[in-house]
Amino acid sequence: MAAVDVQRVNGTSHVGDWPDRYYHVDQVLDRPGPRTDPSFMAGDGVKDFLRNQCKILVIGAGGLGCEILADLALSGFKDIHVIDMDTIDISNLNRQFLFRPKDVGKPKATVAAEYVMKRVPGTKVTPYYGKIQDKDDDYYMQFNLVICGLDSVEARRWINATLVNLVDPENPESLKPLIDGGTEGFKGQARVILPTVTSCYECSLDMLNKPTAFPICTIANTPRLPEHCIEWASVLEWPRVQGDKKMDTDDPEHIQWLYNIASARAKEFKIEGVTWQLTQGVVKNIIPAIASTNAIIAASCCNEAFKIATSSAAYLNNYFMLIGTDGVYSYTFEHEKRSDCPVCGGESLEVSVPRSWTVERLIEMLVEKQDIQIKKPSLSTATAQIYFQAPKQLEEVTRPNLEKLVSDLVPDGGDITVTASSLPFSLSLRITYV
Amino acid sequence: MIKIWSMKKNEEAAAKKKPKTSAAQIRVQKDLTELDLPPTMTTHFPVPTDLLNFTLTITPDEGMYQGGAFVFSFAINTNYPHDPPKVKCTQKIYHPNVDLEGNVCLNILREDWKPVLNLNSVMVGLQYLFLEPNADDPLNKEAAEELRKNREQFLYNVKQSMRGGHIKGMPFDKVTV
Repeated sequence: MAAVDVQRVNGTSHVGDWPDRYYHVDQVLDRPGPRTDPSFMAGDGVKDFLRNQCKILVIGAGGLGCEILADLALSGFKDIHVIDMDTIDISNLNRQFLFRPKDVGKPKATVAAEYVMKRVPGTKVTPYYGKIQDKDDDYYMQFNLVICGLDSVEARRWINATLVNLVDPENPESLKPLIDGGTEGFKGQARVILPTVTSCYECSLDMLNKPTAFPICTIANTPRLPEHCIEWASVLEWPRVQGDKKMDTDDPEHIQWLYNIASARAKEFKIEGVTWQLTQGVVKNIIPAIASTNAIIAASCCNEAFKIATSSAAYLNNYFMLIGTDGVYSYTFEHEKRSDCPVCGGESLEVSVPRSWTVERLIEMLVEKQDIQIKKPSLSTATAQIYFQAPKQLEEVTRPNLEKLVSDLVPDGGDITVTASSLPFSLSLRITYV
Repeated sequence: MIKIWSMKKNEEAAAKKKPKTSAAQIRVQKDLTELDLPPTMTTHFPVPTDLLNFTLTITPDEGMYQGGAFVFSFAINTNYPHDPPKVKCTQKIYHPNVDLEGNVCLNILREDWKPVLNLNSVMVGLQYLFLEPNADDPLNKEAAEELRKNREQFLYNVKQSMRGGHIKGMPFDKVTV
């Protein structure tokens, strides 16, 4: 940090910067406050980091994403990347304010990036139109921070597990704070996850509300609600009539077909309220989005990003929830790490074995090992089963592996996942050979 | 800058890592290897390396469906256990809680699924349907109606359908062992 160009630090050499551009933000960065972290270095160093070095990834350019991008750019983050796999739909325009009617059909990430760069000079926003799963560890490694504004549990689980696995104890740079925002109607949450250090997303998976599902017999026999008719069309009639054809909830023709079937069903049972929009809402599990909830949650997320990037104030530890259904209620608490979390919990063990060891010998060693106390372990690598104790068929299929050398099945430094009923969840073995 | 960043920058790239086993995969491994099934239930893996798609055969040793072998397909997605497994009966059977398309009415497969449940609970639940068919949650309305009104006739229909016979003109699959 020693030889920093003062000009650069003040930002004056940047395209689009003007005197006092950061006047208000600098109030926070120029001097420590009563609650700043002891490591906070007020002044040019922190400003240089925020404006010239910090690279932040935004996942999702939808309702939350648009707000997040604007907030980050305006608070002085200058190197922002954004990923989104969606294109703009006309129904997004009421709240996703970076998009205009002419943008309908274009990728959200690209349009959002261009808009922010146009409105906030000097900010570089790099879009990627695609899935987060397209990118590898090296890609995620380049960022200092990741902020998510997602609407899917699956995507959150994926990025959470990816960032947890990225952590290399030898390399502090590999720990990427993850800030996750989420909204559902008038309710929202923001959380700070320091992978492997604090509770991760998977730790709290069982806190999630399950999506509304109706008993299949009600759908089939005694529908009372328009939703029952729509589920009848999508769950029972689609597979019956369309066979193996996959339902695409983004295809208007598919929605139309479901709508027609559901309407006929509704008529038969004298149920009112089946509309095209409701049909789409039920099959896509759409929860009405409220622009102000998104704004609050995005602001909270970006506030955390700013505090973490600058250490100018204590960051959220680690869960903030907002309930706006009756007035405005919020509560902050620390969600604890789960020792049996399948992603960040569980034991990890480095074992060093002779190249001459068979799988059977390795299992013997695990069973004998006093400190782990495993009974009947089942072993696999990320891509193949090594030995399964049950079911019978899999035991028989994997039994020949018992005679094989571990070194023929697992590379040096490779991982083996061990499960056993005596383990809370699983044990990860890192194998090295002697 | 928060502490982790005050440390040396990018000294050496982290060692290239192997694809890590996903949480869903580990959970399925755990569920499967710890299945505690009675001899009336057996699993079969058409592709033994694919743990996410398999079948379960239930051969009830008591009750009205004794003597039959009922085969269910299980399809587990990568969002397991947040999402329940998708279970279908692969045969056309006469049962109040299973329709002619193979859909099954079992609460823990839909509205009452929770991530704390596992494959064992689903399998035990399925077997229970054959021991105690439930006329109150019908998927096959005619079968349910029959069970409620005339238990003798229902039992006769079950036996008839299991042999591959017709019920009211509707052919059923032969499921007797």
